[in-house]
Amino acid sequence: MSGVLAAVIGLVVFGLGYRYYSKFVAEKIFRLDPNYVTPAHKYKDGVDFVPTNKFVLWGHHFTSVAGAAPILGPAIAVYWGWLPALLWVVLGTVFAAGVHDFGTLVLSVRNKGQSIGTLADKLIGQRAKMLFLFIILILVLMVNAVFAWVIANLFVSYPASVLPVFIQIPLAIWIGRAVYKRKTKMLGPSLAALGVMYLFAIISSKWGILQIDLVQYMGGEGSAGLFGLGAVNSAFLIWIVILMAYVYIASTIPVWKLLQPRDFINSHQLVVGLAILYLGLLFTNPEITAPITNPGADTSWFPLLFITVACGAISGFHGLVSSGTSSKQLNRETDARFVGYFGAVGEGSLALISILAVVTFFGSTDEFLATYSSFQAANASGLNVFVEGASALATGLMIPPDIAGTIVSVIIVSFAATTLDTAVRMMRYIISELGVEYNVPALSKKHVATSVAVISSTILVLLPEGSKGFGSGGYLLWPLFGTSNQLLAGISLLLLSIWLKRRGSNYLITLIPMIFLMFMTLWAMFQKVIFEWSWLGSDPKMLLFVLGAIIFVFAVWIVLTAFSALTKGMETTDDLDKKVK
Amino acid sequence: MFEQLKKLAAFYEEVLTMPHRQEIARELRDQDDLFLLLLYSEMLGIPNPVYYYTLELYPYMIEEFHDWHLRMGMAKSPLTGIRCC
Repeated sequence: MSGVLAAVIGLVVFGLGYRYYSKFVAEKIFRLDPNYVTPAHKYKDGVDFVPTNKFVLWGHHFTSVAGAAPILGPAIAVYWGWLPALLWVVLGTVFAAGVHDFGTLVLSVRNKGQSIGTLADKLIGQRAKMLFLFIILILVLMVNAVFAWVIANLFVSYPASVLPVFIQIPLAIWIGRAVYKRKTKMLGPSLAALGVMYLFAIISSKWGILQIDLVQYMGGEGSAGLFGLGAVNSAFLIWIVILMAYVYIASTIPVWKLLQPRDFINSHQLVVGLAILYLGLLFTNPEITAPITNPGADTSWFPLLFITVACGAISGFHGLVSSGTSSKQLNRETDARFVGYFGAVGEGSLALISILAVVTFFGSTDEFLATYSSFQAANASGLNVFVEGASALATGLMIPPDIAGTIVSVIIVSFAATTLDTAVRMMRYIISELGVEYNVPALSKKHVATSVAVISSTILVLLPEGSKGFGSGGYLLWPLFGTSNQLLAGISLLLLSIWLKRRGSNYLITLIPMIFLMFMTLWAMFQKVIFEWSWLGSDPKMLLFVLGAIIFVFAVWIVLTAFSALTKGMETTDDLDKKVK
Repeated sequence: MFEQLKKLAAFYEEVLTMPHRQEIARELRDQDDLFLLLLYSEMLGIPNPVYYYTLELYPYMIEEFHDWHLRMGMAKSPLTGIRCC
């Protein structure tokens, strides 16, 4: 099958979903009212509550939710063949992610622009809020560990990408100073910085001396490295320590100094990345060489597929963005359909092209099966295959493969680094909040909370041992990341169902995806925790077992609490709305 | 054509600038809040050596006072002299 045809089919289904399904949900279920006074108008303060044009808000929402996760998940999930991954991304976006992102936005708008965590407290109770906070804490912990591994892995595999990524830091600091001290505009300097980064990517791809290859510096793959570890393990260890030291600094200094200007440059990279991939696909029109399904898979797709592809099919993190920032800026309630649902479609498009970049890359089905020989091999090499596949697509735009490889890896590292910075900052806030809640004042101090966040993330990424030994096993945490993300989405859908029930609306459109998602996630987690990681399992791993068991218990607890709230039908319907009005 | 491209560039810039402008506004508001706290310090029990002058500013600050005490986590006005809500 042609890659372009698959992309067209996927995009057409997204389009139909937006055109018809989201319209039905907006008019018949959420009953959006164009005259409803949104929090952006009601509490307008020029800071958090600002009525914003829907296209601008969509752009902001999309750049906030899109990152490295919708690339990595699909690149692993194609192990079961291209059709299951494609179907889950397309149908998940249309029936689950779209409704989830759109719904959390509407729920928050109808409740003073409050975040999902606060709404959990209102709709279910105080205990639910604390459980919710713990699940978010685990999610960001997983994000830190997984993305630190992603960056270290790409630095080891693509040493040419190190220099362009690190050159971004002084450039961002310079832009930050130029904008805030001299009041220059950010667009021009940030585009120039992007040009400089890509120039360095080209130069370092061509000149080996500019490639910071730690493995070669220590004498090659077979050589001894630090503390009796091999060269590859030592390279992982060094990069992870450097990254963690960097995120500590980045997440404690004021945001305008580094984070904001760097985000600005990275937003351009999202556009560049999508343009390279979709135009490359159009011009090269490659055939899909991966099998439709993989009957010889050593791990069943059911239910693991649904936690392997989290972002791109449905993601709880989007609900945090929808209810945290976008809901405070919505100009009219009816704009929620475009911002929320179409935001999910944007993320789905990124996941779709990630699948196509991987499944069109191989020369034959046998080559694909040789690389994706086992689920563990798919986890370990999925990301690198995506970089190779994306480079192959970029040749359609006359970009040489070695330069394209460096640029694609720079783009992914930049996405992952942005997520890492934000996640560490977020973790710091949550630890402080928990410190206040449980009377541990020391935890509310900035440097204590950041140290706890950084040290726990470093330990977590270093502990699992991967195919390349110590430090290289961060990908083993991917199912835990997928699980916590999906659980968050499931809980948000449950909150939406409770809210819709109390309003007297048909709540099946959120309840069905919620039950599906919760069942798949809990079943997958149960299988992993008991049959794989526990002492009874095939591959005992104590760390993963403990973490998985904690997530599982929290999830069951919150689901039971929420279900009792759903069946009890506390308060009268629409009570929260009335309070707002 | 050129006009449309300019519009597109302006839209793109607006999308990217929005969160950054918001952050600056938040920083400014935090500074304003601190300033307001200094002005009201006498009523909160903190000695204010220049109360004679700051007293004259009160009429200008009444409208902002309501938003301020809400942001500070006080649902009702903490001052009996100012009954904004």
